[in-house]
Parts: sequence; structure tokens; C-alpha cells
Amino acid sequence: MAINKLTVSMSPHDYGKYSVKKIMSGVVLAMIPALLVSVYYFGFDAIRVNLIAIASCVFFEWLFQKIFIKGKLTINDGSAVVTGMLLAFNVPSNLPWWIIVIGALVAIGIAKMTFGGLGNNPFNPALVGRVFLLISFPVQMTSWPKVSVLNFAMTDAQTGATPLAIVKEGLKNGESYSSIMNSMPHEYVDMLMGNIGGSLGEISAVALILGGLFMLFRKIITWHIPVSIIGTVAIFTAILYGINPETYASPVFHLLTGGLMLGAIFMATDMVTSPMTGKGMLVYGVGIGVITVLIRVWGAYPEGVSFAILIMNAVVPLINNWLKPKRFGETIKK
Amino acid sequence: MLKTFPKGGVHPKENKFSAGKPIETIELPKQVSIPIAQHIGAPAEAVVKKGDQVKVGQLIAKSGGFVSTNIHSSVSGTVLKIDNVLDTSGYKKTCIIIDVEGDEWLDSIDKSTELNTNIDISVDEIRNKVLDSGIVGLGGATFPTHVKLSVPLGKTCEYLIINAVECEPYLTADHQLMLEKADEIMVGSQLMQKAIGANKILIGIENNKPDAIKIMSEVAKKYENIEVSPLKVMYPQGGEKQLIKALINREVPSGGLPINVGCVVQNVGTAFAIYEAVQKNKPLFERVVTVTGTSLSKPCNILTRIGTSTIELIEAAGGLPEDTGKVVSGGPMMGKALSAITVPVTKGTSGVLIIPAKKSSRPKTYNCIRCGRCMNVCPMGLEPYKLKNMCVVKMHEELQAERILDCIECGSCAYTCPAGIPLLDYIRLGKANLNKILRSKKS
Repeated sequence: MAINKLTVSMSPHDYGKYSVKKIMSGVVLAMIPALLVSVYYFGFDAIRVNLIAIASCVFFEWLFQKIFIKGKLTINDGSAVVTGMLLAFNVPSNLPWWIIVIGALVAIGIAKMTFGGLGNNPFNPALVGRVFLLISFPVQMTSWPKVSVLNFAMTDAQTGATPLAIVKEGLKNGESYSSIMNSMPHEYVDMLMGNIGGSLGEISAVALILGGLFMLFRKIITWHIPVSIIGTVAIFTAILYGINPETYASPVFHLLTGGLMLGAIFMATDMVTSPMTGKGMLVYGVGIGVITVLIRVWGAYPEGVSFAILIMNAVVPLINNWLKPKRFGETIKK
Repeated sequence: MLKTFPKGGVHPKENKFSAGKPIETIELPKQVSIPIAQHIGAPAEAVVKKGDQVKVGQLIAKSGGFVSTNIHSSVSGTVLKIDNVLDTSGYKKTCIIIDVEGDEWLDSIDKSTELNTNIDISVDEIRNKVLDSGIVGLGGATFPTHVKLSVPLGKTCEYLIINAVECEPYLTADHQLMLEKADEIMVGSQLMQKAIGANKILIGIENNKPDAIKIMSEVAKKYENIEVSPLKVMYPQGGEKQLIKALINREVPSGGLPINVGCVVQNVGTAFAIYEAVQKNKPLFERVVTVTGTSLSKPCNILTRIGTSTIELIEAAGGLPEDTGKVVSGGPMMGKALSAITVPVTKGTSGVLIIPAKKSSRPKTYNCIRCGRCMNVCPMGLEPYKLKNMCVVKMHEELQAERILDCIECGSCAYTCPAGIPLLDYIRLGKANLNKILRSKKS
């Protein structure tokens, strides 16, 4: 039998089942429950924002790759789709299209491609886009449409504040936490299911946790980052609540509102911008949790998850250098 | 909870197609090419010349130094020539080429299959026989065994660890050997135990071979101080450092040898070879080779004479499949891809693996996404992504500080990388460059 051409390469000759593309498509799948909830509460607007964000992210990735980097095209790896969806999840559903496009330009163009594309960006691109928009267009970015079940009528929905903003405003005006919560139109069940005001993808804690469990099951993420962030916020706010339940919100309220679940499960776990070892991930998660609570309780903004993640992104290289894996044979056991 | 090593490791699909297939012999080849460098260390020196008549088991090349060993003819016949032949490394290496005539063994070899458990023999005699018989580590590293059996002065050895892990996917040669030659392996282990003065013999077997664990445990009861330990399936548990960690929870220090923690590790096939050498006076001229692959029609375990061309083994296993893209000597994780199917089988060939064309190319590469998987699977606690980057920019001193020389080249990092980056290629390059610098500094 004549076989003239044999492939010769160094070992290993077998490869595992993970690839960047599979990881990215796994993340997209994990975001579907939250996407469905947002469509349920915000109607077609949710789809509109998602489509614009994804299309513009992919377009900018293609454009920057073509003009500036000039390597092989990378839009096939699916990371631009993930960035687009995450950006959409982080903005209100009534955001004008051109603001979304600007957000995508900042996320992909500035936060990702200027550093050399996928894998080289120090900061989470979707969050850079979101924070840029939050600072540049504070009015549009904080006028949250009130949820209305399956409203496909495309009428201009009313806008209202998020629970976090209501509490922050109330506490600033000297009201007590219990009286604010009494007049709050939302129950904890609403916060769990997503029947509250907020960014498109952050409203339902249940849908986000479901996605998180899926990613854990598929081994896309590990438990370290979500558990340490959520745990830190819970413990920190519980201590404050224990000191004075009238001036500090309860830990359950903190966990279920705002972007905490979205941030802890989808944003902070971004592989590129998070530490590599389990120990490093725990430090990173605790840092995000502490900064989030500091901003929420004493800062100017009602919500601090995005800032907390970006700040901790900046120290990831230090964490990686500090918490290295334990070398084999470093200590001699006799 | 089954024991295993705590840090890193992967679990590739096992694909042990040839498991349970009895060890068979195949028709003798017409010609064999026996390389004079089949082991780590100095090549042996040929002691036969063109036209010489040789018998099976006759010495044809003599040990060329302390770390070197003898080589024996695996067939009877006439030496055709001593020439350069393409070997596993892809280079042409000196081989003794013998035309086969009949199958005439040296009279000194005991061909009976009767078990000889009498180990009343002096330590020096054991070592000399091991050297004379040309025995090397049969797990794949081919380190001359007599060197490992001489414990350095001032060191004591508590445990002799028999490596029966066979953590490479596909391979079943050791597995089958244990099923068929359990008693012989025990005697061989006892001989080694005697030579190094170890108190206890530990045999580590992965849990995917329950039949071997059962047989070995039962046979071990007949002998003193032999313990069989089932281990959780995890690659690269067959690496000696990982095996020691799994069995007795000691870490061989960086740059050290197992003897530093009171152990000597030997492959189960080596134990059998030592039994044959000492009790039956039979030099190492044949070994069990697994011939396997997803598209091969008859995966099997073949007792092969050293120097047989790989293609003859493939023919015996049903012929080379049409879709063959790669032929590997060894297992899929650490084996070497052959550049021709005529390469001769050597003492270190544990398997021949046929990989179909569609699976023989490397996966598509992406940018590193810093997922940290390479780091989490590295059994040595290294940071492969970082080593790769440092290799690219030639930061050799930093590479040494990052302990690149600890890398055991198991390939777990490249196996697991979702971005398909050939991490191990870069690390090997970095190691080679660093070693070159260290050598030039020394001289």
C-alpha cells in the first residue's frame, strides 16, 4: 500500500473538545434565558437593541481588522457577538440606535481592537462601552422603561427608576429603608423574576443564574468568580444591615437588584480580563464585591458593578503575577 | 476515593481498542534493522561486521559507556551491512541490518515457560545480568536500567514503584502483559527490589484496567511486601513524579530524581524483561507493541522482535487503512510521528498508532484568550501560556526562573488549549535554547 504523505508533527496528537468558538457559542446559549425574559418584559425593543449591538460590534471588528490590524479576519470566533450581546444587556431597552452604535464602536474599536483584538484587551470591552455611554449620555442611559408584559405595541413606554435608584434617592432624602421598601412598587419575587426596571439583560436574577449554571456545567466558567463576588456583597451588606437596618439596604435587596448577577456571572467571568488561578479569581471577586458595595452605599452612582469590574480588571496582571500556581516539587515532603 | 496526583492532568478519550487481545506473535520478518542507539546515553558500538553469522540473542553491539547498554540480535541470519536507516526521530541513524535465516536461538537462553521464583542470586549478579541483557526502561524513556538499579552512595531507597499506569490513551501493551505474565512481573520486581534494597514494592495501576488490578492483587498475595494500588484514571499519571505523588504523596524536588525521596520507579514491562534476563538468561530482543487506531481493522498486541519494520506490524493488524494521515510511534499524547512506515521497532516502541487524515492536522488557532486552562492542567504547576510568550521573545533567563526545565512535556497544555496554540512546541524550543545557553556557560 502506497502512502507517500504522512503528517509529521510534535506530540500531542490528540486534542480536547474545547475551542474558542465553542466557548463563545456556549456563552451565547447561556444568555438566551435572560434574553427571553427581556423580550417578555420589554417587547420588540429588546430584540432591536440586541440586533443593533451585535451587528455593529461584528461590523466594527471586521472594519478594524481590515484597516488597522490587517491579519486574518477574526469575526468568526464569535467573540464580537458575545460583546454585542453583553453590551445590549447593559443598556436600557429604549436607547436610541445611534447611541448603541457609539457604544459598540467604543467597545470593539477602543477597548478591544486597539490592544490587538481578542485576548489582548485589559478591560472588558462591553463594560468599557457601557461606562462610556453612561458618562456621555447619562440621561438616556438612566431613563429605564417601565416593564409591561409582552408589550409589542411599540408605543412609548413610561420610564421609571430602578429599585437601586429609588432606595439611593430615598436614603439621601432622609427616609428610612423600611419606609422606602413599603412604598416600593416591587416585591422580591419581582426582582427575582425580572419584573423591575433596569438594563435590558440584568432584570431577572433567575434567568441569569440559570445561564451561569449552564456555563458551569459546560465548564466555560468556574465557580470562583461568581461565588466570591456574590458572597462578598452578601456578607458586606449584611454587616451594614446588621449595624443599622434603617439606613442600609438588606443583603437580599442588594443581591437581586441592579447588575450584580449579570456582572458576577457574565461580565466578571470574561476569561480575557480575569485572573487565571482559582486563588487569583477569589481575590478578584472579593475586590469587585467590596468596590461594588462601596459605590452603591457611599458613591455618587446608585450602581457600581461595572466600575468595580473595570477597576479590578486593571489589577488582573498584578494578581496573575502575585498568585502563581504552586510549582511541583517546590517543597520537599519527607 | 481512589488516589491520584492532586494538581493538573487531563482525561483524554481512552480508546483502548486492543484491550483484552492476547499477545500474539507474527511471522518473522525477512530483514531487521537494529539501531545501535535505542537508549538514552552513548550509542552502543557494533561488534559484528558485514557477513557475520548471528544467532537470536547474540551480542551485536557493546555498551558504549556507563549510561549506555548492550544490543542483541533479535533474529538469526547474516549481517547484510551496517548502514544508516531512517528511525523514529526522522533522521538516519546507524543500524545493523540482518537478513533473517531460520530462527536459531543461543543455547544459553532458557526457552521454557516454567515459572522460576528462585531469587537466590547476588546483587552484583543481578546488575551484571541486567547490563549484559541490554535492558532499558520500556515505558518509552529507554533509560538504561542497570544505572537505575545502582543506588548512589549515601542514598537509601524505601520503595520500588512499578509503573503499570499506562495512562496513554490507546496503548494496552502493559495491560495485556499483566494479564498474561503477572507472576513473572512479580519475580522481576523482587529482583529489582533486591538490587536496590527497597523495603516495599508498590504497583500503581489505573482503574480502567479492573481485570489487571484483580489478577495482580491476587498474585501479589503469594509474594512478600508487594502492594497493588488502584489509581484514578488521569493523564499523565505514568510520569514518575506524578506516580510517586499519587502513591506515597511525596514530591520529587525540582531538578531532582525519585531517589531523592527514597523511590525508584520502573515500568512493568521492564520488570518482565528483568525476569527473563535473570531467570531465563534471555537478553532484551523482543517486546510487546500495541498496534492500534480508530480506522485499523484488527487492533492487537504483538510480541515484536526489535528491528522489525513498522509496516509489518501494521499489516498484521489488518493493513494500513486508506485514510491514514499520521503514524505515531507510542501513544497519542507523547508519541513521535513517523516520517516513514519503514521505521524499525526499537526497545522504546510501546505502540504504533494510526491516525486518520482528518484527525492528523492541528486544530485551528486563535489568539490566546487567557482562560488559564493550560495552567490548570499542568501537572508541574507551570504557566505554559507565559512560557510560550517568553520563548517567542527569547527571555531565556526568565524562562529558567519560571522553571521551564521542570516541564515533563506531557502535552496536557496543548491538548487542552481552546485556542489551539501549540504551547508544547514553543516550550520544547525554549528548553532546547536554554539548555544550549546553560551548556555554553558551563564550558
